Amino acid sequence: MGTGKTIVEKIIGAHAGKEVEAGDIVIAELDFMMGQDGTSPLAINALKEMEVEKLYDPWKVAMVIDHSAPSPLEGVSALHDMMRKFAKEQGVKLYDIGCGVCHQLMPEQGHVVPGNLVVGADSHTCTYGAINAFATGVGSTDLAAAMASGKLWFKVPETIKFVLKGKLPIGVFSKDVILFLIGQVTADGATYKAVEFTGPVIDDLSVEARFTISNMAIEMGGKAGLMEADEKTIRWVKEHSNKPFTPVKADPDAVYEKVLEYDLSDLVPQVAKPHTVDNVAPIDEVMGTPIQQAVLGTCTNGRLEDLRIAAAILKGKKVNPDVRFIVAPASKEIYLKAMNEGTIQTLVEAGAAVVTPGCGPCVGTHNGVPSDGENVISTANRNFKGRMGNGKAFIYLGSPATVAASAIEGKIADPRNYLTEGDSQWS
Amino acid sequence: MRFKGKVFKYGDNVDTDVIIPARYLNSSDPEELATHCMEDLDSSFTERVEKGDIIVAGKNFGSGSSREHAPLAIKTAGISCVIAESFARIFYRNAINIGLPILISKEAAVNIEEGTCLEVDLEQGTIKDLDHNQTYTAEPFPEFMQEIIKAGGLIEKIKGEVGR
Repeated sequence: MGTGKTIVEKIIGAHAGKEVEAGDIVIAELDFMMGQDGTSPLAINALKEMEVEKLYDPWKVAMVIDHSAPSPLEGVSALHDMMRKFAKEQGVKLYDIGCGVCHQLMPEQGHVVPGNLVVGADSHTCTYGAINAFATGVGSTDLAAAMASGKLWFKVPETIKFVLKGKLPIGVFSKDVILFLIGQVTADGATYKAVEFTGPVIDDLSVEARFTISNMAIEMGGKAGLMEADEKTIRWVKEHSNKPFTPVKADPDAVYEKVLEYDLSDLVPQVAKPHTVDNVAPIDEVMGTPIQQAVLGTCTNGRLEDLRIAAAILKGKKVNPDVRFIVAPASKEIYLKAMNEGTIQTLVEAGAAVVTPGCGPCVGTHNGVPSDGENVISTANRNFKGRMGNGKAFIYLGSPATVAASAIEGKIADPRNYLTEGDSQWS
Repeated sequence: MRFKGKVFKYGDNVDTDVIIPARYLNSSDPEELATHCMEDLDSSFTERVEKGDIIVAGKNFGSGSSREHAPLAIKTAGISCVIAESFARIFYRNAINIGLPILISKEAAVNIEEGTCLEVDLEQGTIKDLDHNQTYTAEPFPEFMQEIIKAGGLIEKIKGEVGR
């Protein structure tokens, strides 16, 4: 047995002020905490019940209105109003409607940097693992306790390490990688565990593409989806944040629960079929399935390069007349960049309906609820029954390229037919 | 704490979107949330459930979203405790934090049938199938979590300790 530490053991240890190992229960200091409009109202109520008048440090807290933004209903408006008042009273940073998805904003606006320990009242908080932060989803009462005390208890998880070898073929993206891995280990394959993603495939990816992989660590039950910080990470973080940071590497003799190796040189586009994310099939198994709605966006795949790859496929083409194509940029910053460079224009000319930066139709509160019996292909991270607001609809998950190709054909399509060597810059 | 009730049995991967769909998160009122509990999975759940009833399910119960509305809706609907082969991590924390008793027992999750009458002793960690005269034992919680459970949830545990 080695005595080395995993990334998560080092980050939690540094924030608990002592050496820790998997299995220990510790109280650790938090660098940042976040709530969104689905979960913050219950956290605000919990703070009242805890009789907490002042937050431990409002500078370490942000709240984001992204799940139902702008408000589609009176009840939601009241919850948003409650968040705005709370943020003002407590001096907490509030990202209101149109700013974007919380998981894009936290790294993009510089709140999270490598080595940080972060909690968010949203399960996809694990996204920031891509920039070497231990970030995990919690519920509202945990968020309230964290906002009140600046600390939270953690059981130090064991780590499963993925070593991803080879080079991704053209038309195969980070989304295909993570869908494939979830299919391999299943929806609870990493429950209570942290995950580390390593290897040449990860090294080759842009930071944006890496977020897609860490984002979906929770879909295999993972508590965090960590990557080491390389030069790309450090450059990206310095462009977005002026907080000081120290990247954290796993020791060569770190102890892992298991190490799983895959060579992904022959990977083909992957699609998750209804109604679980681990119900994954290679593209040729689902090709031809008719679709009525295509969705590009969310905290998984609403970033600039996701919009660009879809635009590259859709340029000069038209979305099938029987398909509604909904695009939700992940943030205002991405929206503006995509607009300035003409990417949004290409998408709209092809037939896209662009909605407010935020969660879009992913979570079923607004912006495109499918009808009974309809099929949706989406770049989101979940295809649970009822997820998009109708328990009688069917959701398929794929990469932005797969969604764009499918939008053209009106049925699930192979994006490799639309991409050439020159498009490999996005892989 | 002891509970007695009839069983609602479900399979693996019961996710938070079927426990309480996001389209109903326009309210944070537990009573309102409870009226839509399990709607997309078992449309007659809210009509049939009686105070004290028990959910028994397979692997990965509560997977998906971090919404605390999920354990809250189950608790407010009248369910006294949830027994599963395993729980998703965030749901597990949330259930303990809001005081919804949960028990992990693979044997109970596999063998207990829909409609069976159960008696659960939380301190002992025993699950008694009164219809078939079988007793199962659940995995004990770590001491740290037992303290939160004993206090009646995280709010009660930290009330008055911080932020004054």
